[in-house]
Amino acid sequence: MVKSSKEYDVIIIGGGPAGLSAGIYTARARLNSLLVERGAVGGQIINTEWVENYPGFAENISGTDLTEAMHKQATKFGLETLVAEVTGIDIKGKQKVVKTSQGDFPAKAVIIAGGSERQKLGVPGEAEYTGKGVSYCATCDGPFFRDKAVAVVGGGNAAITEALELTKFANKVTVIHRRDELRATKILQEKAFKEKKIKILWDSVIESITGDNFVDTVKLNNVKTQKKTDLKVSGVFMAVGFKPNTGYLKGIIELDKTGTIIVNEKMETSVPGVFAAGDIRSNSIRQVIAAAGDGAVAAIGAEKYIAE
Amino acid sequence: MSKPVEIEEAKFEESVLKAELPVLVDFWAPWCGPCKMVAPVVEELAEEFDGKVSFVKLNVDNAAQTASRYGIMSIPTLMLFKKGEPVDTIIGFRPKAELKKSLDMAL
Repeated sequence: MVKSSKEYDVIIIGGGPAGLSAGIYTARARLNSLLVERGAVGGQIINTEWVENYPGFAENISGTDLTEAMHKQATKFGLETLVAEVTGIDIKGKQKVVKTSQGDFPAKAVIIAGGSERQKLGVPGEAEYTGKGVSYCATCDGPFFRDKAVAVVGGGNAAITEALELTKFANKVTVIHRRDELRATKILQEKAFKEKKIKILWDSVIESITGDNFVDTVKLNNVKTQKKTDLKVSGVFMAVGFKPNTGYLKGIIELDKTGTIIVNEKMETSVPGVFAAGDIRSNSIRQVIAAAGDGAVAAIGAEKYIAE
Repeated sequence: MSKPVEIEEAKFEESVLKAELPVLVDFWAPWCGPCKMVAPVVEELAEEFDGKVSFVKLNVDNAAQTASRYGIMSIPTLMLFKKGEPVDTIIGFRPKAELKKSLDMAL
């Protein structure tokens, strides 16, 4: 299975905007660079239909097109890409070995940009009905709910973006939010409040998801009045936050209590020569532009580290 | 035949239900990010299971009836068919090792 044991200058873990930007910088710096990605490149942003806030694109660009362009740009400068799952990192003094499902790869420096994945809500019925009405991707699954009623759980940017997206298909979109105000950015809130198909249920949490073969009801509790109600829906879209993909890093690199990687302003982690970038690092603002910026900072840090 | 083959809905019966070999159907659509993510992994599995499993891709955009018949409400969905019956279903992006294990167990 081991494809190569040659030492790379830099191995980048994760092919979202952070990893791809890091790759553009390290490859342009003429460092032998390998990007390891478990599937196709793109990261979370490929679930976003239109990216409206990445500078330089006055006409909207899709998340997929944006990241494909980044990958093309990095590849042009010599970045290699490997499809593999990273299972661990061995720190052997100055050398780091990235362990993957396709073999072990030594490198002088490592940039961890493995991003995050959708958080599960953790209520009865959620696991059972995943793919049978419970979904974590509105752009993927919205079309299956044409002329049906759906719920979106959450109150942040992801939740409101998904609710708006779902109005193209569903006949009614109920946003279930545990607080009495949204966290989503104002322009999204304005759009949501104006959209007739969207109704927001404030101060409400899902207690369970029920149905027969497919979802038909969510059981709700109002956290202020304790009043319990049932809401008939065919789909429940979860947008209740993200968890970082750092499971394999515990005990190797310092993580904060939410599991993200602790970095300084140079994107240096607790291990010299190991950098982190994008949504996976502590206090990330979870935006493409920030991830891209982190990637550049980490890449320049890696370049300096290797030169020393 | 070690690459996944894109089929039309009209060919589903012939290519999947009446196939000699077990068939892994990748229900996908062009608008779906995780479907794109999983595609290179499915391609690698197609190579590794060459001769044991055939791999087809069905774009649900043009195959609404088949998708609905098998209760597809989330993509990507990978469904393994043996002798015309679905025997295993994997919903969403999963790493290759996990997919391989599921395939090995179902075969």
